Amino acid sequence: MTAAVELDRVSVRFGDFTAVADVGIDIEAGEFFSFLGPSGCGKTTILRAISGFVPLSTGAVRIGGRDMAGIGPNQRPTALIFQSLALFPMMTVAENIGYGLRVRGVPRRTRAERVARLLALIALEGEGDKRVEALSGGQRQRVAIARALAVEPQVLLLDEPLSALDLKLRQHMRNELRAIQRRVGLTFIYITHDQGEALTMSDRIAVMRAGRIEQVGDGRSIYEAPQTAFVAGFVGESNALRGDVVQTADGEALVETPVGRLRGRNPRQLQAGDAALLFVRPEFVQPGLSADNECDAEAADFTYEGSITHVTFRAAGGTKLLAQIGAAARQAVPAPGARVRLGFAARDAVALPP
Amino acid sequence: MNAVALPRALLALYLAAFFLFLFGPLLVMAVTAFNISAYPQVLPFAGFTLHWFADLPRDDDLMLGLGNSLRIGAMVVVLSVPLGLAGALLMHQVHARARALYYLVTVSPVLTPGIIIGIATVIFWRDLTGMTHTRFLYDGILLTVLGQSSFIAAYCMLIFTARLQRFDPALAEAALDLGASRTQVFAHILLPFLRPAVLSAAALAFLSSFENYNTTTFSILADKTLTTVLAGRVRQGTTPALSALAVAIVAVSVLGAVAYEVLRRHEEGRRAAAQRVAREAERQEMQSAAQPA
Amino acid sequence: MNSALLHPVVLLLPIAVIVAFWLIAAVERRLRGTVQPGFFRRNGAAVGTYLIVAVGIWMLLLILLPQVSMLELSFRPKLPPVQMGGPRDMYTLANYRYFLFGSPDDASHWNVLHLRAFFLTITVSILVTGFDFLLCYPLAFHMAQTARPGRVRLLLLALIAPYWVNEVLRAFALRILFAGSGLLNTALLGLGAIAQPVDFLGLNIGLYVGLSYAYLLLMIFPLYSAIESLPHEQIEAARDLGAPWWRIHRDIVVPFAKPGIASGCTLVFMLSAGALATPLILSGPRSLWFTPVVYDRFYQAFNWPQGAAYAFILLLTCVAFVLMVLRLSRLSLGEMTR
Ligand SMILES: Nc1ncnc2c1ncn2[C@@H]1O[C@H](COP(=O)(O)OP(=O)(O)OP(=O)(O)O)[C@@H](O)[C@H]1O
Ligand SMILES: [Mg+2]
Repeated sequence: MTAAVELDRVSVRFGDFTAVADVGIDIEAGEFFSFLGPSGCGKTTILRAISGFVPLSTGAVRIGGRDMAGIGPNQRPTALIFQSLALFPMMTVAENIGYGLRVRGVPRRTRAERVARLLALIALEGEGDKRVEALSGGQRQRVAIARALAVEPQVLLLDEPLSALDLKLRQHMRNELRAIQRRVGLTFIYITHDQGEALTMSDRIAVMRAGRIEQVGDGRSIYEAPQTAFVAGFVGESNALRGDVVQTADGEALVETPVGRLRGRNPRQLQAGDAALLFVRPEFVQPGLSADNECDAEAADFTYEGSITHVTFRAAGGTKLLAQIGAAARQAVPAPGARVRLGFAARDAVALPP
Repeated sequence: MNAVALPRALLALYLAAFFLFLFGPLLVMAVTAFNISAYPQVLPFAGFTLHWFADLPRDDDLMLGLGNSLRIGAMVVVLSVPLGLAGALLMHQVHARARALYYLVTVSPVLTPGIIIGIATVIFWRDLTGMTHTRFLYDGILLTVLGQSSFIAAYCMLIFTARLQRFDPALAEAALDLGASRTQVFAHILLPFLRPAVLSAAALAFLSSFENYNTTTFSILADKTLTTVLAGRVRQGTTPALSALAVAIVAVSVLGAVAYEVLRRHEEGRRAAAQRVAREAERQEMQSAAQPA
Repeated sequence: MNSALLHPVVLLLPIAVIVAFWLIAAVERRLRGTVQPGFFRRNGAAVGTYLIVAVGIWMLLLILLPQVSMLELSFRPKLPPVQMGGPRDMYTLANYRYFLFGSPDDASHWNVLHLRAFFLTITVSILVTGFDFLLCYPLAFHMAQTARPGRVRLLLLALIAPYWVNEVLRAFALRILFAGSGLLNTALLGLGAIAQPVDFLGLNIGLYVGLSYAYLLLMIFPLYSAIESLPHEQIEAARDLGAPWWRIHRDIVVPFAKPGIASGCTLVFMLSAGALATPLILSGPRSLWFTPVVYDRFYQAFNWPQGAAYAFILLLTCVAFVLMVLRLSRLSLGEMTR
C-alpha cells in the first residue's frame, strides 16, 4: 500500500499560538483514519491544513506523493465535509450534489446521470428537486457526503459530521458511513471527539492533545495499550492511582500507591524512583478476585445500568476505585457499605509517566 | 397592570395624540386634493372632484421633473448598490484599526448634511471637468447621481453588512473545496445569498433618490427633478394639484409596499412548507433508526 | 497656483488616507502572524479588482475629493475668472472673517444677520432633538417592551407609512394646516379660542413643528431597536427589587439604550440643522435658517468660496455635535451606528 496522505512534521501557528505542533503521519490509501481528541486540540486545523484552507507554518502535506504547497483548496484532490455540513441553501439537493461537476464544466447530461447515481447511493432517489431545507438531519448528512463524493476525490475529509445528530441516529449513521467507505474504497480522514465513534469506525486512530499526536494505532492498541497517561485517561474509563515506582522486572513495574503496592505493565520503561500513574479499567477490577494486585475497600455507591452495574469503592486514604460488574457475575455485587477485597491482574494494569 | 408601562388610559391618549400628529396633516392634505376649491383647504368643502388629478399629466414641468427623477433613481440604483456591496465586502477584510478608519470614511456621508454633499460635489466636478476638458460631464443629472450615490451607497453598505453577518463562511469554503474558483464562489454562493439584501438595497436606493431634495437642489444645476419642481411650486403658492400629486405618490408607494409584502409572505410560506416536510422526514427517520437493523 | 483647476493640495488628503490605510493593514498583518493569502488570491482577480475599483471610486471621487475641494475653495478669494491663478489668488481666511464680521477686513461689527441664523439653527435643532426624544421614547418603549407582537407590527407600519410622502410634501401638508385660513385657524376660530387668525408661519411655529415632524421616524427606529434588545427580565427584576418606574427607566432602560439614543439624536440634529426644504417652505419672512443663507451664498451672491466656507462651518458644527454625543455617552462611532 502507498501512503495516500503524508503529513510531514506539520505545524500551524496562529500568531503566538501553536494549534498544531510537529505532526507526522502517513495515512494509507483506502484507510479509515480518525483524529480523536478533546475540543480545541487542533483537529479541525489539521483537516483544514490538509484541504488547503490553513497555510502551514512548517512542514509539508503530500497527497498521492505530490507536495501540496502553493496549491489552493480548489485544486486539491480532497473533499471536505464540514462540521456544519455547509449545504448550499440557495440550491436544490441535485444542484448541491452536482455543484463540483458544474464548476468543472461537466456537461449537463453527464452531470444529471452522475447525480442520479449518487442519489441512489444515499437512498434519496427522486428527491433531487427538493430544497435542502426540506431534508431531515440524516438526509442532509447523506447529501453532504454525496456532494463530496461527486467530485471523485482521492481523500474524503470529515469534520465531526455526526455531531449535530440525535444519539440514535448517530449510531445508525456510523454504520452507514462505514458501509459507504467500504463500497467506494476511498481514504477517509475522520475527526471526532467521540471515542465510541472513533473506536467503532476506524482502521487507525491518532489521539491528539493540545496540537500534538499522543499515540497512533488501531482501536485495540489505543484502548488496551495506551502509551501515555493522557490516552489512558481520555479513551475509555480508567482508575488512575498515583505513586512511585519501587521496582521493575520483566516489563512490569511495582508501584507504591496509597492503597498498597500494585503491579502493572511498564511499556515506557519507568525506573525505580520515577513517579508513575497506574491505570486500570473498571471492568478489570472485580470484588473477591484473587490476583496479582489486591486491596481492601468499602462499597460506597451504585449505578445500575442493566447489562452492567457500576460500583464506586472507597479504599485506603480515601482513594476511589471504580468497578464494573457484568450481569453474568451479578452475585458478586456487594451490599452497600460492605467491606470487600478487590483484585485485578497485573497484565490489565499499566504504569505510565504522569 | 404593569407598573413600568403607562397606565392604560394615558397610553391610549398618548398613542392617539402621537398618531394624530403623524397622520393629521397628511389626511388634511389628502382631503384638499379632492376639494373643488382652488385654494387647498378642507373647509368649506366646496364639492368633490378628481380634476386636480386629471390635470397632473398636463403639467409639463412636473412631468419633466418626474422623468428626470425616475432616470436619476434608476442610475443611482445601478451605481450605489454595487458600491455599497463592495464597501461591505471590503469591510469584512480589513481588521481592527484599519476598519475603524474605513468605517469612518464610508459612513461619514450618512452623518453629513445633504446640502454639504451637494455643494462639495458641484465644486469638485466643476474643477475636475474644467481641468480635464470634459465640460460635457458637468451635467446636473450626472452630478445628482454622483452626489446622491455618495451617501446612498453607505445606506446600501449598512444593509449588506447586516446580511453578511449571517453569512456562514463555510458555504464559500465548501464551494471552493468542490473546485469553484473565487469568482464562481462570488457568483454562485455569495450573490444568491445576498439577493434579498440586493433587492432591499435597490428599493431603498431608489426611494431615497426619488425623494431627495437637499443634495439635489445643489447638484441638479439648471435641470429639475420632481422634488425641486415641487419645492419651487410650494414656495410660490400652494395649490390642490400638489395635494393630488402627494396622494398619487402615496398610492403608488402603498401599492409597491403591498406587492413587496405579498412576495415576502409567499417566500415565507414556501420556507415554512419546506420545514414541515423536513420535520416529517425527521420523525420517520427517528422511527426507522429506533428499529433494530 | 491656478484657481480654475484642481489644486494639488486637494489630492494630498486622499493619498494620505490610502497610504494610512495600507500601512495600518500591513502592520496588523504582521502582528497577526499567519501568512494569509494575499488580497487578490483571496478574492480572485475579477472580484478583487471590482472591490478595489468600486471602493476607490466611492471613497475618492464621491466622498473625499469633493469634501477636500470644498474645504480648499473656502480658503480662496472670490475673483473674476481672468484673475484666477494670478497674483491675487492666495489662500486667505477672508471668507471665515466675513461670516464673523460681515466684511473681509473690518472686524469692528459682528455679522449679526448670519451669526443669528447660525445660532438660531443650532439652538432650535437641539431643542427639536430633545423634543423628538421625549415624544418618541414612550412609544419606542411601549413597542419594544410592553406591546404584543401583532400590535407592534401595526404600529411599525403606521410609523413608516407617512415617510412614503417626501419631505417637501410633508412640509406642504403642514403649510396647508397652518395657513391663515387653514384648518387649525378655522377650528380655533370656530371654538372661539382666538378672535383672529394666528400667523403660525410668521411666528415660526410652523417651522418648529415642521422640523419636529420631519424626522420623528429617525428618532423612533434607533430607540426602538435599542430598547428591544433589552431582556424583559431585567425590568422585571428591577421591579421585584421595588424600584419605582422612573428609576427603572433612568437606571436600566436609558443606559442600555444609549447607542440607540445617541444615534437617534445625532441623526435628528444633523438632519434638522441641515434641513433646507422645511425652512424654505415653513418659515416666516423674518426668520433666517442657516442653510438658506448658505444656499444664497451660491445662487444669490454667486460667491462660491464664501458658500464653501459657510458649508464647512455647518459641517464642523455637525462633527462637533457627533463628537459631543460620543463623549457624553462614552460610545465609539461603530457602536453608535450599528
Ligand atoms: N484562525 C484562527 N486564528 C486563531 N486561532 C485559531 C484559529 N483557528 C483555530 N484557532 C485555535 O486553534 C485551536 C484549535 O482549534 P481547532 O478548531 O482545530 O480545534 P478542534 O480540535 O477542531 O476543536 P473542536 O472539537 O472544538 O472543533 C483552538 O484553540 C482555536 O481557538
Ligand atoms: Mg473542530
